[in-house]
Amino acid sequence: YVPVKGDHVIGIVTAKSGDIFKVDVGGSEPASLSYLAFEGATKRNRPNVQVMIGNFGFKKGKTSKYSEGYLNGSSCCFSSGTGVTLYHFIKISFSFLFLTRLLAPDCEILQEVGKLYPLEIVFGMNGRIWVKAKTIQQTLILANILEACEHMTADQRKQIFSRLAES
Amino acid sequence: MKETPLSNCERRFLLRAIEERKRLDGRQTYDYRSIRISFGTDYGCCVVELGKTRVLGQVSCELVSPKLNRATEGILFFNLELSQMAAPAFEPGRQSDLLVKLNRLLERCLRNSKCIDTESLCVVAGEKVWQIRVDLHLLNHDGNIIDAASIAAIVALCHFRRPDVSVQGDEVTLYTPEERDPVPLSIHHMPICVSFAFFQQGTFLLVDPSEREERVMDGLLVIAVNKHREICTIQSSGGIMLLNEQVLRCSKIAGVKVAEITELIQKALENDQKVRKEGGKFGFAESIAKQRITAFRMEKAPVDTSDVEEKAEEVLAAADPPPDLLSVSKPVLWTPGTAQIGEGVENSWGDLEDSEKEDEDEGGSDEAIILDGVRTDVGMEVSNTGSQEAPIVLSDSEEEETIILEPDKNPKKTRTQTISAKQEKAPSTTPVKKRRKKRTAN
Repeated sequence: YVPVKGDHVIGIVTAKSGDIFKVDVGGSEPASLSYLAFEGATKRNRPNVQVMIGNFGFKKGKTSKYSEGYLNGSSCCFSSGTGVTLYHFIKISFSFLFLTRLLAPDCEILQEVGKLYPLEIVFGMNGRIWVKAKTIQQTLILANILEACEHMTADQRKQIFSRLAES
Repeated sequence: MKETPLSNCERRFLLRAIEERKRLDGRQTYDYRSIRISFGTDYGCCVVELGKTRVLGQVSCELVSPKLNRATEGILFFNLELSQMAAPAFEPGRQSDLLVKLNRLLERCLRNSKCIDTESLCVVAGEKVWQIRVDLHLLNHDGNIIDAASIAAIVALCHFRRPDVSVQGDEVTLYTPEERDPVPLSIHHMPICVSFAFFQQGTFLLVDPSEREERVMDGLLVIAVNKHREICTIQSSGGIMLLNEQVLRCSKIAGVKVAEITELIQKALENDQKVRKEGGKFGFAESIAKQRITAFRMEKAPVDTSDVEEKAEEVLAAADPPPDLLSVSKPVLWTPGTAQIGEGVENSWGDLEDSEKEDEDEGGSDEAIILDGVRTDVGMEVSNTGSQEAPIVLSDSEEEETIILEPDKNPKKTRTQTISAKQEKAPSTTPVKKRRKKRTAN
């Protein structure tokens, strides 16, 4: 992944150093995310990133061309400041092409998937997708469907979705 | 390259899924991934695919003088290499621990079990013996390298034919393949490694862990068994405490699995033998051509909330034989439509991408106006084309000078207008410039 200014990415917090978190976004260097970028964080009240190494947050990337990425966590960062523990989700890696297809305004795949179960999806332009559904089984199904849909035509997709809807 | 760290939430998810007896790809706890064996044109060359993990094995032989303390035995040499294309984390100098461990395990499994009769490799005692060299290359790492490697090694050895030799008194004649058919090695039995991954301090067990599962596992138990249920090697790593009944249970499971795998191997070898005899086409060119189509095929997907597994592949490949996924002579039975689609999709995606870009262009202006809060997922306007050329440095003044045009007219306009060296840029950059202009305008 090549970091680009203005990209939304999903990163994994790997280290604390000074006033910032080091976040891995899949680029050549880790990006930095300041403590203050979290909701309700002040200099005194530091965000409680509960399990430090390896958590991830959803951030708006603001990377300058030359230096390492600087992330502006202006969009929500969950799992840290709010202290919410996350269940039933999975992070998958995807090819960039597929991501752009999914993010196109009238993505059929997403609409059809949305009809199946209530779910939350977060797309990161660094090729990572975060999926959450009510139960683990559903999340697994979603993850597999998304992976499979990459290489399927619309007809095949419809078949699969109709079979799922029946069962 | 560094490995992507495994995020805690993923780890938690995987462990919870395992507690509920669910695996990422929908397998049961004791299920293996599908094993595919294909052979090359040379004897002794094979590729084994265990799910997405791929190992290439090649056997070669050479006449050398024997070791001093074993004058009547041939020499066996095993070498497993983790190619850099297998995983981003594998670098020339870096994977030494894993490499050493795998190599040692493989050697113990194949050499110490005496599966190959080394006495038969002797040509002239004390002077000339065959040195058999098995080279294994890991082409793709998706978990469970050791199983795939052991299967590849044993298949390659079974497939290999060495040149025929005859000794008359003091004369040794080495026949070329044209003069006399090459001779297979004498193999007593086929030991195959089966890996068991343990989680939560030995409470949960999985056979054939995939890469994700390997990352979160507590420990690994590898048992090498042959089809006569003789244990050839057993190794436990990770420092987990196992009860003896667990180990016994694992060995029983391993016995069952190895019987199935050995059957598969025999079938594959027979098929290849048949094809070669009948003079049909064999080798990688044949099997890989078919594999390319199947490369887009997804394996089983766990579907359905009521614990009934549906297979996505049933939709894709209606007439595909599921259990024995062999090579060469068993063609993948695609309905003509899907085979076409497999390759047709590739092309049309190229078009889709272009047309999508242009759609995004048109839609980009509207999206810039709409506030970010409306869309809960990632805004795409800046994403697609913006990432394609990161180092665009357009000063604001230049942007405001460009005029909104139809996308296909842009190339001409920007070439005349832009002052800096943007003229060399490909036409595909122009939609970006248009978009940036809109953003600054808002």
